[in-house]
Amino acid sequence: MGRLPTRPPWPVDLEGVGPSQQSGPRTAVRPQPLQEWDQETLVLGIETSCDETSASVVKGGREILSNVIASQTDLHRAYGGIVPEIASRAHVEVLTPVIREALLQADATFWDLDGVAATLGPGLIGSLLVGVAEAKSIAAVLDIPFVGVNHLEAHIYSSFLGDPGAAWPAVVLLISGGHTLLIHARGDGDYEVLGGTVDDAAGEAFDKVARFLGLDYPGGPEIDRLSLLGDGDAIAFPRSMIDEPGFDVSYSGLKTSVINYVRRAEARGEEVSVPDVAASFQQAVVDIQVHKTMAAVDHTDGERVFLCGGVAANSGLRRGLEQACERRGLSFYVPSMELCTDNGAMVAACGTALLRRGRYSALDTAPDPNLPLV
Amino acid sequence: MLVLGIETSTPQTSVAIGSEQGVVASALVSRGASYNEFLLPAIRFCLDEAGLGFRNLGGVAVSLGPGLYSGMRVGVATGKALAQSLSVPIVGMASLDLLAYEVRYSPKTICAVLDARRSEVFNAFYRSSPGGIQRMTEYRVERPEQLATTLGAWPREVLLVGAGALLYRDVFEDLGAGVEIGTMGHSFPDARALVELALPRMFREDFDSLDDLKPLYLRQSARRIQWERIRGSRSA
Ligand SMILES: [Zn+2]
Repeated sequence: MGRLPTRPPWPVDLEGVGPSQQSGPRTAVRPQPLQEWDQETLVLGIETSCDETSASVVKGGREILSNVIASQTDLHRAYGGIVPEIASRAHVEVLTPVIREALLQADATFWDLDGVAATLGPGLIGSLLVGVAEAKSIAAVLDIPFVGVNHLEAHIYSSFLGDPGAAWPAVVLLISGGHTLLIHARGDGDYEVLGGTVDDAAGEAFDKVARFLGLDYPGGPEIDRLSLLGDGDAIAFPRSMIDEPGFDVSYSGLKTSVINYVRRAEARGEEVSVPDVAASFQQAVVDIQVHKTMAAVDHTDGERVFLCGGVAANSGLRRGLEQACERRGLSFYVPSMELCTDNGAMVAACGTALLRRGRYSALDTAPDPNLPLV
Repeated sequence: MLVLGIETSTPQTSVAIGSEQGVVASALVSRGASYNEFLLPAIRFCLDEAGLGFRNLGGVAVSLGPGLYSGMRVGVATGKALAQSLSVPIVGMASLDLLAYEVRYSPKTICAVLDARRSEVFNAFYRSSPGGIQRMTEYRVERPEQLATTLGAWPREVLLVGAGALLYRDVFEDLGAGVEIGTMGHSFPDARALVELALPRMFREDFDSLDDLKPLYLRQSARRIQWERIRGSRSA
């Protein structure tokens, strides 16, 4: 038997309730004109697109009051990758306590909230369904707006959470396990995708190389850790497409040359230095991304660079891009490690920006696993 | 006490609001809009038409399946979020119980059967008892032929209800006169039965824990099964 919950903040009528005891007007009333949202508005952000269950309360779109992230990494480790069915099951079990904890840490109740945002896509459909269902339900009960958020756009907004000085326009490098995008972000909701990967995402390449080298899951952080022990100039892996015009990158060839290098060395009976391989591979990725990002800055006549997404936690990429920006006198913004992983705060921040512009979603909104940025 | 019931574990989505005095509103759809599009607008519709608001609800009941995974998850997630934000208790019931409850006046043994896909069915056996039903077997997922074997050896006449019984009608009809197959009217679990079954539990304060409540999958994920097979053969 479960615990009896605390009483709701209104008297519950246990007698049969009829039309004569109507609780209010039949049409739902919007709580306030959205344009008047100020620095005090509280938005709950829910993120369940992949293998992190997260909820966060953000004030005025910028100030994080709480950001609770329950990672499922341990559940997926045994399989060496994310198993969608296991992720979906875990979200259902974990989301309720995660939301409770997010409110508790923010010292807020459901009734203090002005809006609810949840990731609509892109992501794993079974996982997205859970967060969207919960967010819509909460918004319906509280009679406050619900807004579905694009996961990629939410990552861009993590830049604003990391640094209050961040502003539009900016060249954004959004780099993660599923995406590698160079974006010209001119303002709220005004994005132009300059280029992307023609094959593997950068994070995918990290994972595949790590698995080939026999490193622990998740592989990206392991390669980063080993890189510190190795020499990034030891092996000259190719920087494919780096000299081609445009902003697209390719990682399939780089991954193959790492595998071929190790196999050839082993065939010759030579000892392979795993730290050198990891460091040289990582250096190649950093060189490619820094080069293309700077080309995008030139192309857009930009002054600012945002680095965001899961692979933005990579120390080599953070340092490489920061140094390149410093050399050119550009402002560089990269959020804290916690805000690079998938989290509810970036969803709440992006949701607040949408709600300010009067963009909210209906209660019959369904998630879209392939939702594009633009 | 007004209870909201949510049933989304089959291709039919239904919601109902009712008290000990009966169901006051209900909505149901079996094709077209999916559960995640239909569910909340349907709840709003039922509340509005009955002249109620969310704040009149004293409890939430959800069907836990077994059934279709995505539907179960959306239903349970929605029920949990509603109960959490309303600060009201929640109870979960099995979809198969709802099916059996609707034909509880039959003197025969009742076997509730739902399609589990991959050529399998979910099922459980019940007998009617004063004021309700009593489950006699575990919730099972198996091939219809396996269920037919159990039915063939069953010592009493059996009433088969549910979409699974209709889908594999050929398999079960061979069993002869001892097995009767229910009508289309009882092919899917219904939120109205859910509300009726949940109310006594609400009054007994036999609530489920909000954090522990989860769908009844009956099957492990395919990757987990595969993994355990690999690990089993390695350790063997
Ligand atoms: Zn992400």
